[in-house]
Amino acid sequence: MFEAIIRWLKGGQESKEICKSRLKLILAYDRTEISPEILDALKEDMFLAISKYFDIKEDDVIMNISKSEETVALMANIPIMGMKRQTI
Amino acid sequence: MPKKSFVVTSGKGGVGKTTITSNLGTALALLDKKVCVVDADIGLRNLDVVMGLENRVVYDLVHVIEGECRLKQALIKHKRAEGLYLLPASQTRSKEAITPDQMRELIVKLKEEGQFDYIFVDCPAGIEHGFRNAIAAADEAILVTTPEISAIRDADRVIGLLQAAEIYEPKLIINRLSLNMVKSRQMMDKEDIIDILAIDLLGVIPEDEQIIVSTNTGDPIVFMDDSKSASAFKRIARRIEGEDIPIFGEDDQEGIIARLRKFFARNNRKEPEHV
Repeated sequence: MFEAIIRWLKGGQESKEICKSRLKLILAYDRTEISPEILDALKEDMFLAISKYFDIKEDDVIMNISKSEETVALMANIPIMGMKRQTI
Repeated sequence: MPKKSFVVTSGKGGVGKTTITSNLGTALALLDKKVCVVDADIGLRNLDVVMGLENRVVYDLVHVIEGECRLKQALIKHKRAEGLYLLPASQTRSKEAITPDQMRELIVKLKEEGQFDYIFVDCPAGIEHGFRNAIAAADEAILVTTPEISAIRDADRVIGLLQAAEIYEPKLIINRLSLNMVKSRQMMDKEDIIDILAIDLLGVIPEDEQIIVSTNTGDPIVFMDDSKSASAFKRIARRIEGEDIPIFGEDDQEGIIARLRKFFARNNRKEPEHV
């Protein structure tokens, strides 16, 4: 208790809070860790879905997970050659 | 009540899986259940030593699986706890000596032939072959962590792997929680950990030096009535049995105001809290 007051007076951060914020960041990264096999399977599915609407080449599809300090995003770069004619 | 198999797992080593397996098994046996604790750490057997049964190992789990002995011959009966049996691991073989399918057959055999109410499988550290074997036949998983960053990180990874193996909703045991350090805010509390891992809490075991004494002598700590961890283990055993009793330390780590507040909250509550 006394130690806690001293620490508070000194303005030091409680190590528990440091631990929590480090852990949250680590897990945010860990949880989006995707194996290359799964990423390939996803790429394949995306290609099939998108090629119903656009002319695209499978080799051009670039996909990866992009991580910054705060966010994790799935980035896909898919150059479009042209539209598919829609049958109505 | 249907027979149930649990795997006691953690990812990280040294967080207390073996101690917890031994003591939960003993505590449930003291509640008149027939319990088998299985050491799945082939090549690094330890559960026998922690339980003080190392001198009585003749056959092991690999012998049973390979048909070199009958199940009954390999089971070691505990002398002080009626209904408690150990199935030891082999010390000379490797984890690749058995397959997940063989492990499944073994657990079925323990349920049917052995008539055990509870089976606890002490999982080896890591997430490789030994882990796959240990979780193969588990109806439920008990996930052990300490309040340390590395242990919690590994626990999170194991939650994902269990899910992939279709074992959902593992129950968490937080081991070695120091109430003093939590009070001085130098250690994460149970709420912080549950919040991060997002799974149900089965129990909290306080840091207890007596554990060392208990492993030194090979007597499970639940036999020592005055120890604080013994009472935590007994509570967890009763929760596994379906009793609705509070987590260890829920009342004794709070001040008078918090306790009063809780008292009134409890009286106003409509539904019992599901922990």
